[in-house]
Amino acid sequence: MRSGQWVRWIWPAVPIVAALLVTSILLFLFGAAPFEAFQAMYEGAFGDQSKTLSVIAFWIPLLLSSTGLLITFRAGLWNIGIEGQIVMGSIAASWVALSLEAPSAVLITLEILAAMVGGALWAALAAVLKTRGGVHEIFGGLALNSIAIIFTNYLISGPWQPPEGGTFRGTAPFQAGALLPLYANSRFSPLSLVLAVIAFVLVVIALRGTFWGLKLKAIGKNLRSAFLLGVSSEREMILAMMVCGALAGLGGGVRVLSWFDSLRQSISGGIGFLALLVVMLANYNMFLVPLIAFFFSAVLNGSITLQLRTQLHSSLGGILTELMVLFVLLFGDAVKLGISREKDEDGQ
Amino acid sequence: MRIELRDIRKYFGPVKANDGISLVFEAGQIYGLLGENGAGKSTLMKILSGYQPPDSGEITFDDQPQHFASPANALQKGIGMLYQDPLDIPAFSVKDNYLLGRDRQVILDYGVASKELLDMTAKFGFEIDLGTSIENLSLGERQQLELARLLVGGAQVLILDEPTTGISAEQKEVLFDSIRKLAYEEGKTLILVSHKLDEVQELCGQAMILHRGKLVGKTNVPCPNEKLVEMMFGQVPERSKRPDFQPGEPVLDLIDLRVPTYRLTIENINLQVREGEIFGLAGLEGSGQRLLLQACAGLLRTDHGKMMFAGEEVTGWSYHHLQAAGIGYIAAGRLEEGLLAGLTLTEHVELAQPRHSFFINWRGVAKQTETKIEQYQIVGSPDSTADELSGGNQQRLLYALLRDDLKILLLEHPTRGLDVRSTDWIWEQLYHRREDGTAILFISADLDEIIERSDRIVVFSGGVMSRILDAKDTNVDELGHLIGGQA
Amino acid sequence: MDNSALVLTLSSILLASTPLIIAVCGEILTERSGIVNLSLDGTMLMAAMTGFVIAFESNNVWIGFLAAALVGSFFAFIVAFGSIRLRQSQFAIGFVLTLLGDDLSAFLGQNYTRIPGPVVKHYAIPILKDIPIIGPIFFDQDPLVYFAFILVGVTSFWLFRTQPGLRLRSAGERPEAGFARGVNINLQRYLYTVIGGALVGIAGASYSLNIKIGWAEGSTRGFGWIALAIVIFGGWSPVRGMLGALLFGATKALATYLQRTYPEVSVVAFNAIPWVLMILVLLLVGSDFTERMILIAPKSIQRPLQRILRIAPPAALGSSFIED
Repeated sequence: MRSGQWVRWIWPAVPIVAALLVTSILLFLFGAAPFEAFQAMYEGAFGDQSKTLSVIAFWIPLLLSSTGLLITFRAGLWNIGIEGQIVMGSIAASWVALSLEAPSAVLITLEILAAMVGGALWAALAAVLKTRGGVHEIFGGLALNSIAIIFTNYLISGPWQPPEGGTFRGTAPFQAGALLPLYANSRFSPLSLVLAVIAFVLVVIALRGTFWGLKLKAIGKNLRSAFLLGVSSEREMILAMMVCGALAGLGGGVRVLSWFDSLRQSISGGIGFLALLVVMLANYNMFLVPLIAFFFSAVLNGSITLQLRTQLHSSLGGILTELMVLFVLLFGDAVKLGISREKDEDGQ
Repeated sequence: MRIELRDIRKYFGPVKANDGISLVFEAGQIYGLLGENGAGKSTLMKILSGYQPPDSGEITFDDQPQHFASPANALQKGIGMLYQDPLDIPAFSVKDNYLLGRDRQVILDYGVASKELLDMTAKFGFEIDLGTSIENLSLGERQQLELARLLVGGAQVLILDEPTTGISAEQKEVLFDSIRKLAYEEGKTLILVSHKLDEVQELCGQAMILHRGKLVGKTNVPCPNEKLVEMMFGQVPERSKRPDFQPGEPVLDLIDLRVPTYRLTIENINLQVREGEIFGLAGLEGSGQRLLLQACAGLLRTDHGKMMFAGEEVTGWSYHHLQAAGIGYIAAGRLEEGLLAGLTLTEHVELAQPRHSFFINWRGVAKQTETKIEQYQIVGSPDSTADELSGGNQQRLLYALLRDDLKILLLEHPTRGLDVRSTDWIWEQLYHRREDGTAILFISADLDEIIERSDRIVVFSGGVMSRILDAKDTNVDELGHLIGGQA
Repeated sequence: MDNSALVLTLSSILLASTPLIIAVCGEILTERSGIVNLSLDGTMLMAAMTGFVIAFESNNVWIGFLAAALVGSFFAFIVAFGSIRLRQSQFAIGFVLTLLGDDLSAFLGQNYTRIPGPVVKHYAIPILKDIPIIGPIFFDQDPLVYFAFILVGVTSFWLFRTQPGLRLRSAGERPEAGFARGVNINLQRYLYTVIGGALVGIAGASYSLNIKIGWAEGSTRGFGWIALAIVIFGGWSPVRGMLGALLFGATKALATYLQRTYPEVSVVAFNAIPWVLMILVLLLVGSDFTERMILIAPKSIQRPLQRILRIAPPAALGSSFIED
């Protein structure tokens, strides 16, 4: 391989390594040995079965949200509002859990549907604000995120407060039949994994193999040309947002019905924003998304043990992943940096 | 001050916008710079006014070489350019806009701004509301403000780019009076870039004509129009003999149509196009022919009149509705308004399908794409992306994406920037289509093409549509006159 | 509510709004140049932490503020550099920095949580503070409050009454026109993004050194996002931004008061006000509504009305400018 090509092959690893280096430096500054810290994180993630299951359980709503974002990014949209869509999904599922009485299977089915509808509608709101109102989806999304969170706090401290009085911590635990069946003594619901896998596969097929996916790609590249070729951008954008919202809402439902047993204050756990990072780090490459999401989940969950073991704050995990994304953004593109040219002399 | 341009060259890739131009401008004169679109006028004036540097060649003032770092720098040295769309800031107030970049003084002095503006407006007879914002002004008023600013800024040389497009008749009179005053009473140099032969004859003392990046003629004005036209458009061969084609029934009927836009409004459009007919729309850019085409495609709103398509009234129909009914449209900007950079040919072919299934049969589409590549002789593979193709092949791709059974085909500059071979090939395809009954309306800046290919022609000038001409019976002279605004 | 309680409330609203006012002024400068600094929330957290830690270590609040300003400008510089030089999305970079600022501040500040530290000394302006009612509210405050109000005046004057302000605004409205007038567009963008970032840094520190002394993880979380909202519904004007920040502080105080008096009513909804206002303004910007409303008003006040109610964003906000 000519030197230009060689650099281009190896370059994607540079930002990752740089992030590891900077994180290690931070660890040094705090008197910790980087290797031990990373080892603690690893054991925190995979040390025993219950930890590993926690990583998987955290991974699932993250995967669902990231999968949804693949759709909106494909259409050229910045769906920052995904946090709110997760929250609304949780709220919708909680409503079913708190209001209805039915056999468990029916209840769970309704909760799942409600979660998807809740997230989809909230996303539709942001979409319509954009297409009809000219409100950029970033600002609409931010506003709707905050409103969703405020709504959650209202519900927790008001109409849905637990019998012993509102504490802003959460609602009363849901009836046992409303919760997703868990595996062993963990927070992992096998059903949710099945749903996540199905969702991912469907989205991959939709984006690569359906006409709708192609339309989204066109919109994401050039709205005007897509329009002239016959693609109605308004409808497709709203649809893309709604599908993403549905998946995010489903993730929210999973959170509230398996990770927790009630609607909590920070129900989304920042998973929406994390999902944005996952897709950005994957450079919008579909197949890297589950892996990177899993990596994020492992690092973040492992950081909790890091804190317990080394007294170092658990935010280190977040720092590592965020530095990776930042460095990839800043200097991950060898071509843009001028280190490698677009086409080598022999036209490769 | 004597201004000389020596052997100015500017290339944009393979396009020679300015190919060794040498000119002299003396003080106290009004010059006209003429040429059709793409002749290189704007590029040359942008170089002279400091907006972009030449690739080679030099500019001298009284034999002293000059280099301009920016338009502001050029203004300091005495050259100011008034753009067709003045480079002002719509959101600013008149005084703020005037004061931007005026000097290094930190605190804005509105008193000085008012005084200077009032002096200028009084001197030239401008009437502008100084207390409002730029966006509330008409184009003519914005022009006047820019002119005032350039003059106060010390401009000895003023370049005016198509200044009378879009302003009222009164404003035009005021402008012309100002121009004469500046040149003959104050000894400034005025350069008028225009395609309106009438105005050049009225105002200028000397005309310089550019054609395809080169200076092709200099003449004193007034002079017979034919002389100017001949230099602008070159000698055109006689139209080649072609078997007469009998068009069919009327398929497109425009009745008293009016298309309003911010910059220009065209009205009293009455046109009838028959099946298989090729209709050429001539005129320099911005004269209104594009508005007509886009209105026919459903991309622009009409607020008066009717549009009939194959006997049915379609006024107000949306672009997609008309597209489904059999009207095809290809814009001039191939990558900006037609193709999708980053998407492959196969993906384009699939997108353009009139009927499509939910799941894409990639193999089937790839085969279809290969067929189209062969049929349209596109240099590229099904997996090439649209931006990887050359201009000519991009145009072929756009044709390949059209539906087979179109009733009307609307084309903006179908052969712009293409070599002779591609051009001939495209017209072969268009002749095939017209044999199938498709009516074709096309815009072209190339009078050769208009006369050679059309059955009938209309010319747009300043937003006004001429009478309908028979291509067989007209010639470049007549068209040139019509473009220049004479009936 | 009796007089002294009212005075106390208003006085504390003013104090509490100070960080927001400073941050809003900073972001207005940045956005007026054409760049959106989405990292505000993370920057404020980093600045709050850094300001406190450095002040603690040096036992000097002003060095703390300086450090916080440096942190703020550093984050802002990354956004500007990534956007202008590296041609990456300013939204993407700003967004990552927001999250990074949150986690980084939690990690780096972990040994300094919940400990007391140096405080900005109160300074009541003599004579003025004795004016009935107005005196205690406006002139018996911490210096940061005075700074915030002076900042609003300075920023407003700078933007709308000076030549440098015109140049700044041209970069955000129509870069081609600014370029033609000799303005170095990218320089303007770098400069004011960094200055804006420094102000955001000061805002963050003014929280941890003046309002809620000390550092705790996530102490200013949310303020940055609200500042972004206020910039928008304040129409990119420092004075209206200040009013927006005060409005926000007032509704919070009002909510707390109402909650105490009427515990059974949930007034959590008040927190949603800045967001609803932001959406409404953006909707108005997208339509002709305000323009049509102004045309209905009597001719004589149309001009000033137009100036006051102008809510459109800088026309070139978020776009990039590439010189020929």
